[in-house]
Amino acid sequence: MTATAARPTASTVASRASFGGLLHSEWTKLRSVRSTGWSLGLLALLYPSFTALLVGLTVANWDQTAASDRSLIASDPTAVILGSGFLISQPAICVLGVMVIASEYSTGMIRASLLAKPRRLSMLAAKGAVLSLVVLAVSLVAAFVSFFIGAAMLSEKVAASLGDPGALRAVVGTGLYLAMLSLFSLAIGAIVRRTAAGITSVIMFVLVLAPLVQLLPGKFGEYAHAYLPTEAGLLIGQAIQHEGDLLTPWQGFGVFGLWTAALLVLAAFLLNRRDA
Amino acid sequence: MIEAKNLTKRYGDKVAVKDLSFTVGPGKVTGFLGPNGAGKSTTMRLILGLDHPDRGTATIDGKRYRELTTPLAAVGALLEAKAVHPGRTAYNHLLCLAQSQGISKKRIYEVLDLVGLSEVAHKRAGGFSLGMGQRLGLAAALLGDPAVLVLDEPVNGLDPEGILWIRTFMRQLAAEGRTVFVSSHLMNEMAVTAEHLIIIGRGSLIADCPTQEFIEQGKKQTVLVRSPNAGELAAAITRAGGAVTRNDDNELSVEDMDATRIGEIASAGGHVLHEVVPQRGTLEEAFMALTRESVEYAGTGSTREADAPKSGGGAE
Ligand SMILES: Nc1ncnc2c1ncn2[C@@H]1O[C@H](COP(=O)(O)OP(=O)(O)OP(=O)(O)O)[C@@H](O)[C@H]1O
Ligand SMILES: [Mg+2]
Repeated sequence: MTATAARPTASTVASRASFGGLLHSEWTKLRSVRSTGWSLGLLALLYPSFTALLVGLTVANWDQTAASDRSLIASDPTAVILGSGFLISQPAICVLGVMVIASEYSTGMIRASLLAKPRRLSMLAAKGAVLSLVVLAVSLVAAFVSFFIGAAMLSEKVAASLGDPGALRAVVGTGLYLAMLSLFSLAIGAIVRRTAAGITSVIMFVLVLAPLVQLLPGKFGEYAHAYLPTEAGLLIGQAIQHEGDLLTPWQGFGVFGLWTAALLVLAAFLLNRRDA
Repeated sequence: MIEAKNLTKRYGDKVAVKDLSFTVGPGKVTGFLGPNGAGKSTTMRLILGLDHPDRGTATIDGKRYRELTTPLAAVGALLEAKAVHPGRTAYNHLLCLAQSQGISKKRIYEVLDLVGLSEVAHKRAGGFSLGMGQRLGLAAALLGDPAVLVLDEPVNGLDPEGILWIRTFMRQLAAEGRTVFVSSHLMNEMAVTAEHLIIIGRGSLIADCPTQEFIEQGKKQTVLVRSPNAGELAAAITRAGGAVTRNDDNELSVEDMDATRIGEIASAGGHVLHEVVPQRGTLEEAFMALTRESVEYAGTGSTREADAPKSGGGAE
């Protein structure tokens, strides 16, 4: 039985490789594991409910609220509405972003993925594109729903509408922020390659470390805080630039984008270099 | 055709593969043998572009794995470690792989059928047994109907029926003209499956020959000779071209000479013979003898003694 038969010239079943195929593939991966549904479901559920809860509390305590605080709320009701449920719900996106890549490493799936897609950077790009688009879609829905619920509840004290200057941009911006956060988490997940470590570090950074930098003394603390990725990014959820904000909403989002891009570049570099 | 050229791979201080070169041709099953830790899996990961060699290159039909545009259509691979998300169903696992290069859904069902997993296609892979997991890995390898197959210990976890099935299957794939490169640490398994053997130990090439040739070598007889005049007899045999090892005062192991000739020499020299016993080593023993110097993880106690060919059991 020596090599007499001709080797099949070309496989008969695979036809083409395209970026569209990679997107398709990553979409299948994303939708076919439970953690995706959990994370996005949690976001869609928590964001509006906590908005309702916290705006409700604000309204209930209105009479005891100091006049200065009232005028602060009145100056940017959009930020109050969008910001209230937001902090609670963003960890869901951090978890999803990290899991999307780190779980491939923890399960060994990454090897099957890389056998099918040896161009690692294209794979990472497709993953990021699918993840951020899906997160954007769900976040936009959650943000609009939250805004309408919050505005309706707040209406007896302060009027807020999408027509207010910067309001629409803030609502859409919240979706953009969460989409960027998913990419930020994806990059960390790709760098760390461990689910638990990745999730812990992203959430610790976003919820604890970054806000704490504010407490550093003097101008240094102020500037350091203003240019931290998530803290800067959050500015886009405000309708107006508040007094003391060093950056405009779009500048802030740009800073967040630059941080994320830098981390993605590092993630891509490591992905290419490291053994799978 | 798979071509490895001077492949070297280090993990920290540990050299897993050392200056390894070989080619694997089409139309036959090529067995990749070596004791545990010899570097078989590492070599395969290097071929598949998963790990980066420190030196050397590995190509498939002249291209590095990363340069393949539809890799699944060129190379099918089954890895040693699991490469499946346990939360995903078998079908979805194959679907996400297929979609990356335009492989049809029809083909997914075909390969599921081929490996006997049709009934659990929509079950999560996390609940699969070792053997089912192995079959799913094979399904993924076959997805693109590739001309080259790289299989790392494919019989792992399979039941006897599964082993027979995959053995037949690999030979069939080879008969169709495909390149089938399959690793194992079991000589006997490879003796019945592979036509060609590439044997490595401690990351280096030990042998690269047709299986038949290796079997001939393995069958090389040793004759055990007991005689009260062992010393003089040994000298006589050596003069006549035999290779003698003195086991003790009156026992010799003779190679390169058959029992008849030894009898004649003894008779001619007037040496008394108590026993002349031809011994036939098993293939497994020949393999162990060959790789003995390079066994990575020897068990405690002197396995070296225990490994030595002793009594005769027929080769495969
Ligand atoms: N990712 C890794 N990191 C560190 N060392 C490794 C790694 N992969 C393999 N090694 C080491 O390289 C050597 C070769 O390992 P490899 O898995 O290639 O052997 P093998 O021939 O496949 O063995 P087995 O028959 O047990 O599967 C071993 O000493 C192993 O410990
Ligand atoms: Mg191995």
